[in-house]
Amino acid sequence: MKQLFLAAIVALFGLQAFAIDKAPAFEDPAQQARYERLSRELRCLVCRSETIADSNAQLATDLRRQLRELMAAGKTDQEILQYMTDRYGDYVLYKPPVAPRTWLLWAAPALLVIGGGIVAAIVISRKSKLPDTDPTDPGLGAS
Amino acid sequence: MLKYLLPVGLFAALVGFLYFGLGRDKETLPSPLIGKVAPIFELTRLEDPEKTFTNAEFAGQPYVLNVWGTWCVGCRQEHGALLEIARRGEVPIVGLNWNDDRQQALTWLEQLGNPYAVSAFDGEGRVAIDWGVYGAPETFLIGADGKVLKKHIAPITVQIWEQEFVPLLAQAKAASP
Repeated sequence: MKQLFLAAIVALFGLQAFAIDKAPAFEDPAQQARYERLSRELRCLVCRSETIADSNAQLATDLRRQLRELMAAGKTDQEILQYMTDRYGDYVLYKPPVAPRTWLLWAAPALLVIGGGIVAAIVISRKSKLPDTDPTDPGLGAS
Repeated sequence: MLKYLLPVGLFAALVGFLYFGLGRDKETLPSPLIGKVAPIFELTRLEDPEKTFTNAEFAGQPYVLNVWGTWCVGCRQEHGALLEIARRGEVPIVGLNWNDDRQQALTWLEQLGNPYAVSAFDGEGRVAIDWGVYGAPETFLIGADGKVLKKHIAPITVQIWEQEFVPLLAQAKAASP
């Protein structure tokens, strides 16, 4: 039973690995790795929450072909991403660019951690000043 | 006092963000092409793979580019509106048949009527990528100077045409002699 389950999982992952293209796009492993990395940085605009590497939509297939051709033409990563944003806007980038209008977005995790930390510090400092009223609580340091 | 004001304030801010988010149209992506010179393409004509068409032929006059495919439900939905817009004759409509089958597309035009002044066949979707097309139907208005004035995503209606395209078209015509 357990083996069967494992085999099913392996089979699923196997499918995933082949989802992108039927055959590797480039013979050179470095180029292939670059192709896979770039295709994970570009959004499939019809499926929105998928990259063009994940999606089998016609548009994603077309964009992957475009990406392969741009790479074969010797374009740099920067030029390829620029090519895509010139046509589709920033939204095509899976990772939004750092710009004044995205500062809040990028700062949000840090702001939340800092905010949470401040709240936690206030609560802890207040509570620690309260007298210990629970006789069953052995308190910190007791084991 | 702060004890009550702070959570209420935070809640109000959250509601504000959510309300703003609700009102935003997340389906329609703004096109970076607006105000820029429209990409020039050369493709075969839908009805004849031997003949080509380039939108450079429309240089100096406004035109509409409508991206469609027979696989696209929204395109069938807007077809009546396109026929009506074509009938009014304010501006020629160029059809860009996207990732489609030539024969099926021709059958579609035969059965439903042909609103297009000229039909180009983009079977590989290359021109569509150049134009930043991601979901048919999409309708572009290009000015006499070759610049993209407007892009409408989703089926067009006569009402949208009159409210959003006609004023721009009037401006474009007034600007060019």
